[in-house]
Amino acid sequence: MAESKRVVRPLSPFMIGPYYRPQLTSITSILTRITGNALIVGVLLMVWWLLAAATSDAAFDRANGVATSWFGDLVFTGSLWAVWYHTLAGLRHLIFDSGHGLDVPTAERMGWACIIGSVVLTVATLLIVR
Amino acid sequence: MRYLTDRKRAVGRGAGHSGTEHHWAMKVSSVGLLLLVPAWVYVFGSALGGTRAEVVETFARPFPAILTALVLVVGMRHFAMGARTMIEDYARGGTRKALIIGAISLSYAVTATGLFALVRIAL
Repeated sequence: MAESKRVVRPLSPFMIGPYYRPQLTSITSILTRITGNALIVGVLLMVWWLLAAATSDAAFDRANGVATSWFGDLVFTGSLWAVWYHTLAGLRHLIFDSGHGLDVPTAERMGWACIIGSVVLTVATLLIVR
Repeated sequence: MRYLTDRKRAVGRGAGHSGTEHHWAMKVSSVGLLLLVPAWVYVFGSALGGTRAEVVETFARPFPAILTALVLVVGMRHFAMGARTMIEDYARGGTRKALIIGAISLSYAVTATGLFALVRIAL
């Protein structure tokens, strides 16, 4: 019986740049990964803030000071855009997975929808939530 | 001696040896987060900037507390699995294993910390 041979498998090469010209569909795809992973920064700040609220006034003052500083605003506003972008891009993946929207014009329209939609939703959230 | 034939070992499991389990789990959690996250963004956004008393008052209520717990549990699992896919694309060997273990550990630590904070606030 044939034992499986050890083969040196290639890593998936980073395609954008050296092999493929950047285009809307590839950039909106890589942004899904970047936003999804970068959201850990906002989550860490949020959990620290929540833990501080549960702990003491002094701890809350420290965490809340950072969370509501220019740095906190930068992280949370960036995270807000990232979460909306990742949500729309994820929705696009669910649509792709169902076998729809795979032709180039529709895929590009959905790419623009992710970019424009995420900015619109971010501004709307900033206006609506206090 | 292996009693399973090569074919039997391979069918339905693919090159990753785990079939479509990972993909399916990401799909399930993404649909869950699609519903949870917009509501949670509103709750958290409204609470942020308040005094400690206001923040504690918000997260002591059942809906914000349960919603935040769900976002943490489902979201951090979704993160751990997504981060693993990214790591598998760009790193290999020992580095890959170390980074995957790190990402999974961080996810559990964040979930546990968040849940502890919620329990302490709500109970």
